[in-house]
Amino acid sequence: MGMTMTEKILARGAGRDSVRPGDLVLAKVDFAMGHDLTIPPAGKIMREQMGAERIWDPERVAVTQDHFQPAKDAASATLGRLTREFSQQMGIKWYFEVGQGGICHTVLPENGLVLPGELVVGADSHSCTYGALNNFATGIGSTDLACVLALGELWFRVPETLKFVYHNRLREWVEAKDLILYVIGQIGVDGARSKAMEHTGEALRHIDMEARLTMTNMAIEAGAKNGIMEFDEVTKAYLDPRAKRAYQPVTSDPDADYEKVFEFDAAKVELGVAKPMSPDNYAPLSEVAGTRLDQVFIGSCTNSRITDLRRAAAVLEGHKVAPGVRLIITPSSHQVAIQAEKEGLIGTFLAAGAAWTTATCGACLGGHMGVLGEGEVCLSTTNRNFPGRMGHPKAMVYLSNPAVAAASAVTGVISHPSEVLKQMPAEIR
Amino acid sequence: MTLPKVLRGRAWKFGDNIDTDQIIPAKYAIYSLDEKELGKHAMEGVPGRETWASQVGQGDIMVGGSNFGCGSSREIAPVAIRGAGISLVVADSFARIFFRNAINMGYPILQSPQASEAIEDGDELEVDLEQGIIRNFTKGDEYRSDSFPPFMNELLRMGGLVPWVRKQLEERRRTAATRG
Repeated sequence: MGMTMTEKILARGAGRDSVRPGDLVLAKVDFAMGHDLTIPPAGKIMREQMGAERIWDPERVAVTQDHFQPAKDAASATLGRLTREFSQQMGIKWYFEVGQGGICHTVLPENGLVLPGELVVGADSHSCTYGALNNFATGIGSTDLACVLALGELWFRVPETLKFVYHNRLREWVEAKDLILYVIGQIGVDGARSKAMEHTGEALRHIDMEARLTMTNMAIEAGAKNGIMEFDEVTKAYLDPRAKRAYQPVTSDPDADYEKVFEFDAAKVELGVAKPMSPDNYAPLSEVAGTRLDQVFIGSCTNSRITDLRRAAAVLEGHKVAPGVRLIITPSSHQVAIQAEKEGLIGTFLAAGAAWTTATCGACLGGHMGVLGEGEVCLSTTNRNFPGRMGHPKAMVYLSNPAVAAASAVTGVISHPSEVLKQMPAEIR
Repeated sequence: MTLPKVLRGRAWKFGDNIDTDQIIPAKYAIYSLDEKELGKHAMEGVPGRETWASQVGQGDIMVGGSNFGCGSSREIAPVAIRGAGISLVVADSFARIFFRNAINMGYPILQSPQASEAIEDGDELEVDLEQGIIRNFTKGDEYRSDSFPPFMNELLRMGGLVPWVRKQLEERRRTAATRG
């Protein structure tokens, strides 16, 4: 019996010829990540409780200051300081200071730190993002991270794999975000609980690396352990100028065992949103069009890379944010911000009347720079809209792609982007 | 730290898909290193349960529905529940990171669809952790829980991942010393 990509990576990490779903393995980790909310507890557990003085490999750890940084209050400043001190004391090579990094899940891929065939863990649930680069990547807790930092190993239950095949191509305006929201709507927020989501099919060959990262980013919103994609020329082109280590891509065997295979016709997927208050509350855009908005947020590890900002800017060009609405745009990394500046996108945003912030997780988790009040309605390009995620438990959050978000900021109500822009230029589609 | 064999307490019932931002809203992540403070705000994000933490008795038992603890990876979710005084969480099913975090902390959790379905808020419960049996004194029922793989039971018995890592580090040091 053959193995899936996920099984192969876990088998290699465990030093075994093969593994089967349900096996518990102790596996070597290739790369680990933590941030300002998870490094302080992990560092404390590692040093004070586990009694480790050093980390297993300072070159295979990245730390970002992204969640509550630049510090939103005095307590966050303390977490930032603990994160900084731990990184310095441990000699962590890939430490990203405020103003030089940004959101972990954009920073690691754009710096070529998470590579095909690797076993990656991050103390953040959206660490599953990296799987679009053909690796096994999963979110872990702080005690987990302390274990990895001390030993370079961690226990894993080998997941069953669910295969998602996307036939044909996405239609005009429809983005990877719409596709993954649709899929989560179909299978539910626990539809892939503790399992691997392997995405494949023709539709994926026609979407760029950043759009692929948007899809694997949301694996956790279906409860999955990881999301993973095949290695192809798009992956290779993205990694060629970036990869910091040699790598070995991995493929699923033709006779690999899948728990279930889902098939979708990508050409039939419409523009859509997740309605309040759950990421699986999918609705076609037409059903919610006209919903009045207080805030539009374009940001997060899901949808605020340069391609996302280009599409948002194309929609906003020459328009103004509607009265009574505020538009907040948060790039997902410092590199993304630099590129946006070079391309003149920031000027477009500012002219439209948008607030442009530093790269941070910010409003996505109700941290700072766009937290919602009671009863407010927000359209957001983020990943999760459970009650209270972006602020008050009675705030209403809709999730969408960036072009829909930008268009809706202009009209003041949830709108199809074609109401504002006739056609998305082909080169940034 | 070893676990008691039998736990007794009042049941606090919650629904399906209770996510980590409801268990402990992200704004309290600034108290990541303070379990008692986190405990004061546990479940505050669940509509209608804003003042829940102030009503919990030490040792009470939480009963959730399916996919309990979905959402973020923040370990402060089980930490806050423990900080509020809850001795054990029973659920129909757990989201994977919450499950890992609890096991790694040596914090007892049990998966029992039967118990999750039958138990009502306020029921008096007794749980035999070794046997995995949940007794409901209010209803006169008894429920079985799913068994965990041996390694997870070992972690729970040892008190979590911390003592396990300490042991691994000691072995590595010994091996290094022998070689040296």
